[in-house]
Order: sequence, then C-alpha cells, then structure tokens
Amino acid sequence: MRLRFLAGVLSLLFLGIVVGAWHLATLPKAGVAAADSEYAKLLGAQAAVGARSAFPTPADLGRKLAEHVREPFYDRGPNDKGIGVQLAYSVARVLLGFLLAALVAVPCGFVIGMSPLVYRALDPFIQVLKPISPLAWMPLALFTLKDSNVSAIFVIFICSIWPMLINTAFGVASVRREWLNVACTLEVSPLRKALAVILPAAAPTIMTGMRISIGIAWLVIVAAEMLVGGTGIGYFVWNEWNNLSIANILSGILAIGLVGMLLDFMFSRLQKAVTYTE
Amino acid sequence: MSYLQVQGLAKRYPGKGGDSCVFEGVDFAVEKGEFACIIGHSGCGKTTILNILAGLDAASAGVVLMDNREVAGPSLDRGVVFQGHALMPWLSVLRNVAFAVRSRWPDWSRVQVQAHSQKFIDMVGLAGAEHKKPAELSGGMKQRVGIARAFAIQPKMLLLDEPFGALDALTRGNIQDELVRICAATHQTVFMITHDVDEALLLADRILLMSNGPGARIAEIVDNPLPKPRERQQVHHQPHYYRTRNHLVDFLVNRSKTYQLEEYRHEARRRRRH
Repeated sequence: MRLRFLAGVLSLLFLGIVVGAWHLATLPKAGVAAADSEYAKLLGAQAAVGARSAFPTPADLGRKLAEHVREPFYDRGPNDKGIGVQLAYSVARVLLGFLLAALVAVPCGFVIGMSPLVYRALDPFIQVLKPISPLAWMPLALFTLKDSNVSAIFVIFICSIWPMLINTAFGVASVRREWLNVACTLEVSPLRKALAVILPAAAPTIMTGMRISIGIAWLVIVAAEMLVGGTGIGYFVWNEWNNLSIANILSGILAIGLVGMLLDFMFSRLQKAVTYTE
Repeated sequence: MSYLQVQGLAKRYPGKGGDSCVFEGVDFAVEKGEFACIIGHSGCGKTTILNILAGLDAASAGVVLMDNREVAGPSLDRGVVFQGHALMPWLSVLRNVAFAVRSRWPDWSRVQVQAHSQKFIDMVGLAGAEHKKPAELSGGMKQRVGIARAFAIQPKMLLLDEPFGALDALTRGNIQDELVRICAATHQTVFMITHDVDEALLLADRILLMSNGPGARIAEIVDNPLPKPRERQQVHHQPHYYRTRNHLVDFLVNRSKTYQLEEYRHEARRRRRH
C-alpha cells in the first residue's frame, strides 16, 4: 500500500520534471527586439512577444488534447477527421488482421505441435518467413490485392501470424506426457483430447503468443498506414507532419501509446484467465 | 484360467553394440479380486511392465491376456493411478473425476456424471474439497483424487504406479487404510508397484519380487500368509509377519542380484574388469 503510494508520488515527480524541462525549453525568447518601431509594426505580434519556437509548449499541447477529447469523432472530409475516428480505423484493421491470423495460426500450430514430421517439414519456411519485416510484403500485397485497405490488413495478418504459430506449436508440443496418458487410458477421442486436454494445457503459451502478436500488430499498423494513407492513426500522424502541426503529432503519438497499452492490458487479462498453477 | 496372464514378457531397447534388455521372460498371473504387488529396485522395469499392462507401452516380446483377451492398447477396463498424480491443474477436483466418468459413460447426463463423481470423491474422504483446484491441495489429497478418478470408472483392473511414494509416512498410512477398505468393499483386482515392504505386506495378497536390471525377471512370487482383513495397527503382531518381512528384505538386499540373467552378470563382470 505504502509502496504503491510512494511509486505514485515518484511517477508524478518524474512527469513534473519532464513537463517542466519541456516548458522551459519552449518558452518564447525575449531580447531579440526589433530594431526600430516601424519594423516592429511590420512584424506585428511576433515582435511584441519575441521569437516563438515552432515546438508547442506543454500548455499548447494541453489545449490541443482538450480539443481532441471534446470532439474525438468529427468528420470534415478526407483530411480532417477526429482522432477517435482515426484510432477506430486502426484498431479495426489490427483486430481484423489479428483475428484472421489467429484463425490460421492456432489450428496450424496445433498440427505442427502434434506432429514432429510436419514440424520438421515446415520449420525451414517458418524460419525464413518469420524475420521478414511485415512492411516488405506491402508492395506485393498492393500488387496482388489491388486495394490499400486490404493490403494494410494483410500486413497485420502476416506480422501477427508468426508469434502465434510458434507459441501454439511449442505449447502443444510440450503438453505433459502424463496428461496425454490419462486421456489415452480413458480412451478419449482425438477431438475431445485436443479440445479438453491439449488446448487448456497449451492455452497460457498460446495466449502469450497472442499478446506478442497484438503488440507487434499495433507497432506495424502505424507504419503501414503512413504508407497506404487515407485513414488511420498512422495516416493522421503523417498528415499532421505535412500540416506541420507538432501539437497534433504529439497528440497522435500519445493516443498510439494509450491504445497500445489498452490492447496489451486486455490480453494480459485473457492470459491470466487461462493460466493455471501446477 | 487366471484373470490376468502375463507370458514371456520382455522389453529391449536397441543400442550400440546390441540391444539392451530391461527385463525378459516375465511370467505371472493375477486372479480376479486379487491384490498383487511388485517389488524391485529402481531400473528393473516395474513401471515399464505397468505401462505395458495399461497399454501405454508396447512389449518387445510376450503377451498380456486379460479376461482371455489380448491387451493391445489403452482401455477403460484398466484404470491407472499415476506416480505423479497426473491431475489436470486447470480443472477442479470434481471436474477431474468427472472427466474420467464422462469418458466411461458418454451418454450420461450432467447430473448423473456429477453424482457419480461426487460419490467417489466422498469415498476417498475429500468431501468439501470438490471445487478446489489441484494446486490448492496437499500431496496426499492430490493422490486421493487420482485414486478416486481411477475407481470412478469402475475398471476391471486397477494399476497403481507407486502411488504413495512421494507422501509422508502419516499420510501414506491413512491412504493405505482407505485403499484396504475400498478394495475389500469393491473386490477390485489390483496390480501395484511399490518400494515399501511393509506396504506390500499390508495390501497385497501376492507379492512379485523382481531381480535387478538389466535383464531383470520375476525371481520369486510370495503368497502373503497374513490372513485378511489386515489392519495397519495389528498386522505386525501376526505370527508370520516378521518372518515374511525378513524374507522380502533379504531378497531386496541380497538375492535380487543373484537372479540376474547369467549373460548380464557375465557382462557386468567384464565391464568391472575394464
């Protein structure tokens, strides 16, 4: 209890230091006063307050964030959508790609884990395909699928599949011999054995793979959307770069972090739900 | 004809410079309703024999007949209590037992399965713990669940692989008493592995003594002279108790070596010289 309180205080302190340093670094610089009053008149407000950095102050960012929170879901044309709308596009793509990957990876992982023969046969392919950056698939996806949105989902699919496939295969292969022996002596059918013994036994390992996958998928979607454009939080950040709105870029970055944390939290809950103690 | 017949059973593993033979020429029989124990040193292949009886392992030679039918694979006719309880840690006590019951009688309703499972949980004295997970139970309680699960499918034969090996003496005594009581009530045919001479004398009607491996065999079969019912508190006061016990201990200490197959003793001597 006491530890938690102290940790909270320390967290706030770190936040205060960072925001304070940022505030000081972006303060308007006085001193470069305009040469004469006529020139000052020409320069207008800029001369009165001194040179302002293009980087927003914490207060600027705060105002921007308040704006986004007040109205997250507006849609005023292709280049002006609320941050909530953009996040929803990205999350939908990630979940769709992830789900498709799970539908392929878990059954395939089961087969690979149960059969040493299939494991050996597929291992070289997995080893080669696994380290390929998911974005390298993008041009191929755009060429074959001919749709930028579907290509982005494909990229999520291809990057989520490996951790789930490998973890499922590993979890299934390392189910304790004695549990399988119990199922054997009880003459349990292969399907029931898979669903009632192997699946729950391997579930914690499979969930670990899913948690890794969703993390990677969330990393990749930002880059993918920067490439394909149109919608999504990655596109939002890139678009605001073109607008030179650093405050919006920072808002986007913060939103990416928060949603990523939320996704990870969800999967850690699921992981806890299927974990058992021996 | 005996209920269980084992004839010429052998297990060999292929290796460099010829096969290595764990045991060979193992013959014995167990009658219906009889409690048989097998005693021997580690490595003589006791667990392998039990696994072959269970259908989990295949023999290199020989046959196993139960009820005049050859044992060719695992079957619900033979319930197994595993050395390390082998409970599924994600299921509660009740559901661990119910898993076995549902396998035995797939057509039963949920209520029937639950009631039947509960009966056997009560039998091993675990009433009140049925909704606990195995991780919340002590070693003795876990082993009781394993026993309840094996009894619940009402197998023709029960195979116990050193079920009390990992338990402390007090717990072991309690569960032994229960096993005596349950077996007397159900007339269960049992084949059990043990290291413990006293346990064998308390539980077994017939004690199989196995010589050392490699090349082990059943060296002696001792009929337990102590009359039934045997009780843990009284059994050592029986007139034949210590004579039989000494006979068994002598076997384990001395004679188990001399029964080893001649060729393996020769082999062992040759190896010692190098």
